[in-house]
Amino acid sequence: MTECTECGADVALHDDLEAGEIIDCATCGTELEVVDTNPPVLERAPELDEDWGE
Amino acid sequence: MKLGMLYSRIRKDEKLLLSELRERGHDVEKIDVRKHQFGLDDSTVDFEDLDLVLDRCLATSRSRYTTQFVDHYGTPVVNTPDTADVCADKVKTSLALERAGVPTPTTTVAYTVESAMDAIEDFGYPCVIKPVVGSWGRLMAKVESESAAEAILEHKATLGHYEHKVFYVQEFVDKPGRDLRVLAVDGDPIAGMVRSSDHWLTNAAKGAKTAELEITDEIESLVQQASDAVGGGLLGVDLMETKDGDYTIHEVNHTVEFKALNEAATSTDVPGTVVDWLEAKAEAANTDTDCDADTAEVST
Repeated sequence: MTECTECGADVALHDDLEAGEIIDCATCGTELEVVDTNPPVLERAPELDEDWGE
Repeated sequence: MKLGMLYSRIRKDEKLLLSELRERGHDVEKIDVRKHQFGLDDSTVDFEDLDLVLDRCLATSRSRYTTQFVDHYGTPVVNTPDTADVCADKVKTSLALERAGVPTPTTTVAYTVESAMDAIEDFGYPCVIKPVVGSWGRLMAKVESESAAEAILEHKATLGHYEHKVFYVQEFVDKPGRDLRVLAVDGDPIAGMVRSSDHWLTNAAKGAKTAELEITDEIESLVQQASDAVGGGLLGVDLMETKDGDYTIHEVNHTVEFKALNEAATSTDVPGTVVDWLEAKAEAANTDTDCDADTAEVST
């Protein structure tokens, strides 16, 4: 469990957390990027860029 | 093997691969390209230490440049920068497919609003305008009237990045409410899915419903040809069915997402098959390196 950087609500984290993945804050809906896993550190995720995709 | 994974975001697709790679005991180095620099001689990443690099960059620009650098440093990278360069650009993809004789929608490129309007009028309505770089069905326009065409072109010319002034106009393929996605490694299909939607866009990213696709000999052959045309690798080949009962290939994706396919194609271990291919690629690269070393030893 850690805090949402935007609204301060608790964010539940799953066991296989990976740096670089995105999780949604269940309270405010902000997309949060996992920047570290031990201990977990979250930051607001970058906005969608035009060249993102597959 | 020691595998480097280029990324800037870990999607479910990357998590599936990481899980499979680690379960098999491979040493995986995650390389967040946002945190590194790439020089003409070396990089802040020790690429020499890696057997193989897998490009999973979310941003097309980062994918294209970073694979160029990794290749330049002499470390094997999949997909290759040449494949990335072709697949990342719809104009280059269309030309590569056409050159190889692979059926692909009729396409015209124009550089001014006036000449693009002429191209649209030649196609008739509806037709399609696509960005030359883009994914997930974003900024795609089905043009159904002259007034809509004028508005779209004006917006692209006024508001867009210079690439939006490369007007990529394509025939509208009246597909039967679905398109087909085949995941392939060097042209060998791993699995396929049907993507269905009431919307004219049938991307999984747009919420299309998915189901497993039975890959026929005809589809397999087309996928092989399309893969060869763009340089091979781990690819997502998109096909549409035409009114005549033929297929046309409209897109080949080089950093292909497969989470939806993995859920649709329940009879196939998609990440497992991709990792089988990565292992073979690393082994082949190591064999090549050993042969080069032996040759050098004999020469001296």
